[in-house]
Amino acid sequence: MKRPREPLRLHVPEPSGRPGQHTDFSYLHLFPAGAARLPPIDVAPADTADLSDALVRVLDDDGRAVGPWAPAAEPALLRRGLVAMLRTRAFDARMLTAQRQKKISFYMQCLGEEAIATAHALALEPGDMCFPTYRQQGLLLARDDIPMAELMCQLMSNERDPMKGRQLPVMYSYKRAGFFTISGNLATQFIQAVGWGMASAIKGDTKIASGWIGDGATAEADFHTALTFAHVYRAPVILNVVNNQWAISSFQAIAGGEATTFAARGVGCGIASLRVDGNDFLAVLAASRWAAERARSNLGPTLIEWVTYRAGAHSTSDDPSRYRPADDWEHFPLGDPIERLKRHLVALGAWSDEEHERTRKALEAEVAAAQKEAECHGTLLDGHIPPLESMFEDVYAAMPQHLRDQMRQAREAEAARRAGREET
Amino acid sequence: MTMIQALRSAMDVMLERDPNVVVFGEDVGYFGGVFRCTEGLQARHGRSRVFDAPISEGGLVGVAVGMGAYGLRPVVEVQFADYFYPASDQIVSEAARLRYRSAGDFTAPITIRMPCGGGIYGGQTHSQSPEALFTHVCGIRTVMPSTPYDAKGLLIASIECDDPVIFLEPKRLYNGPFDGHADQPVVPWSKHPASEVPEGYYTLPLETAAVARPGRDVTVLAYGTMVFVAEAAVAESGVDAEIIDLRSLWPLDLPAIVESVKKTRRCVVVHEATRTSGFGAELLALVQEHCFYHLEAPIERVTGWDTPYPHALEWAYFPGPARVAAALRRVMED
Repeated sequence: MKRPREPLRLHVPEPSGRPGQHTDFSYLHLFPAGAARLPPIDVAPADTADLSDALVRVLDDDGRAVGPWAPAAEPALLRRGLVAMLRTRAFDARMLTAQRQKKISFYMQCLGEEAIATAHALALEPGDMCFPTYRQQGLLLARDDIPMAELMCQLMSNERDPMKGRQLPVMYSYKRAGFFTISGNLATQFIQAVGWGMASAIKGDTKIASGWIGDGATAEADFHTALTFAHVYRAPVILNVVNNQWAISSFQAIAGGEATTFAARGVGCGIASLRVDGNDFLAVLAASRWAAERARSNLGPTLIEWVTYRAGAHSTSDDPSRYRPADDWEHFPLGDPIERLKRHLVALGAWSDEEHERTRKALEAEVAAAQKEAECHGTLLDGHIPPLESMFEDVYAAMPQHLRDQMRQAREAEAARRAGREET
Repeated sequence: MTMIQALRSAMDVMLERDPNVVVFGEDVGYFGGVFRCTEGLQARHGRSRVFDAPISEGGLVGVAVGMGAYGLRPVVEVQFADYFYPASDQIVSEAARLRYRSAGDFTAPITIRMPCGGGIYGGQTHSQSPEALFTHVCGIRTVMPSTPYDAKGLLIASIECDDPVIFLEPKRLYNGPFDGHADQPVVPWSKHPASEVPEGYYTLPLETAAVARPGRDVTVLAYGTMVFVAEAAVAESGVDAEIIDLRSLWPLDLPAIVESVKKTRRCVVVHEATRTSGFGAELLALVQEHCFYHLEAPIERVTGWDTPYPHALEWAYFPGPARVAAALRRVMED
């Protein structure tokens, strides 16, 4: 006998908070600082299942470092970390303004996510290679060997742009700093990071790779290929998933985050996996060091889900007030990474409000000076862009005949265009 | 050597010669490849140089790009050209653009081998000729040999090339030349002079076409299996055609094409791939641009039909010698 059935219904996940509402952050599944255990670096991937559902946190609400993950880190190193985060935030703020002034065409901030890239950078060694997305500028700004003005020249696509004006702003490339060329195509770098790590293993090297991806891009096929290849070949790679809860306007649930974690995917593929407070500088440092040590010891890959919040707009082309509450970040339970590390250092007596303000002002001055220097080499407004010929270079190692022909045609067309402009 | 042996020899030579060369793909390692092209290479060079990979074309090419960025020289096999599509993003958005977008900071010196072409009752997903999908992509090179001698020399040159190379291997030619006469017994490569292949290292230049058959009346632009089909068509039509085997599809050897067409004043383009927006369209455009005042007849093209590759109607689809011969006669009538 047939039983009458309810019609089937399609489930389409929704965030709890839309404009004018409040987000219910209970979905985050949080744990207090110090609660997560610290496994040995040779832990079997299957034995990290609990950690893929927990949350590694070191800094408690009073700014104390607690629990087994509290890293051995000198205050000097943490001060360096705090400055790197402040530097990143100052850079972002200034470049946001520069975009509004039409000095650059486009920009993407990492507001609220500064701890992840800057602390991770401190855990890597020279020669390691990061495969970042467009929101890990902290990897570059944590370094003191990359002139800020050079980054701005890329943003301005000017005569000094190391990318010769070929790439959208923020798509940096710094081989010498272990920063792989950024692509607009999401997730592609995640599997490339695995290949780089495999290459290091093939050559018997000691360098490791670090791949980066956002929560939304985990839905791309390359996320899955990266996990499979990393597991199959036990590649020396750290697979970082930055879960900032948003992919442009899409809440992380639409990427597959509802009632599960992104770290759990790693365990499912046989990869040791951690879920970590991404706004806790000490936790990021500790987890990154743990994963790096694991990779460098031939123990295989680690997947880390960094739980954080995209505090700013997705990009300068985005208005988040159209899809989420305007005050969402204020209510995000993991707070602001800068405020949290500051509080810790102040409690240690290694930092003060006064020093904080002084540093912030000094960094703002550094950014302003760098912008001034970069603008000497041109901006989008004044047309001081790379030479036309550079458009045809580097397509191939050596320029084929058809590109030499097209370069000549482009020169003639450009001369005619300029002559026409001068006449009118 | 057969073409299979020649390709294997090329990889063997390069594995020996350059410690940065690695070879991998589905069934490529222990088993030696479904077409035997990598047989014995893992035993000879070790598992860290020649290895099996998961069934993931996007993954294969993606890790190759990462390895190239590290400094290796990966030679990847996609089992059938029909299955490259999942790797499209890595080929088009990544491998092809790495040098350009990073202003030379990173490069992708990778070679992607793909058995291609029909004439083997391969049906829809074991017969395609997707070369036009690659020639349209700036930053990659597309190469297709037609003989064992060319296969080895061009593969070594491709592996050594610092640009990403799509190396298309007509599987119909793996064991012997094929002129489109499916009713006649297959002749092994041993009966063909181009099966004389040196054991050691040699290269053939990319961007260099070969005159497969000199002639006076009409220029046939062909590559892969179609070179032999065109030779049969010449014999059947009695038209003294000059057959140019392009070998490098893009970038190509334009001077060789222009020189030949200016001499013969007629041109027929032949490929297995479907017609519309196929690579033949680019060849027609180039001949028209560079040889317009020398042409005495419209340029013809003989290609696969604009349909998916069928199974039962293989020989009605495959551009065989009769169709090519008819085109040769037509251009001579104008």
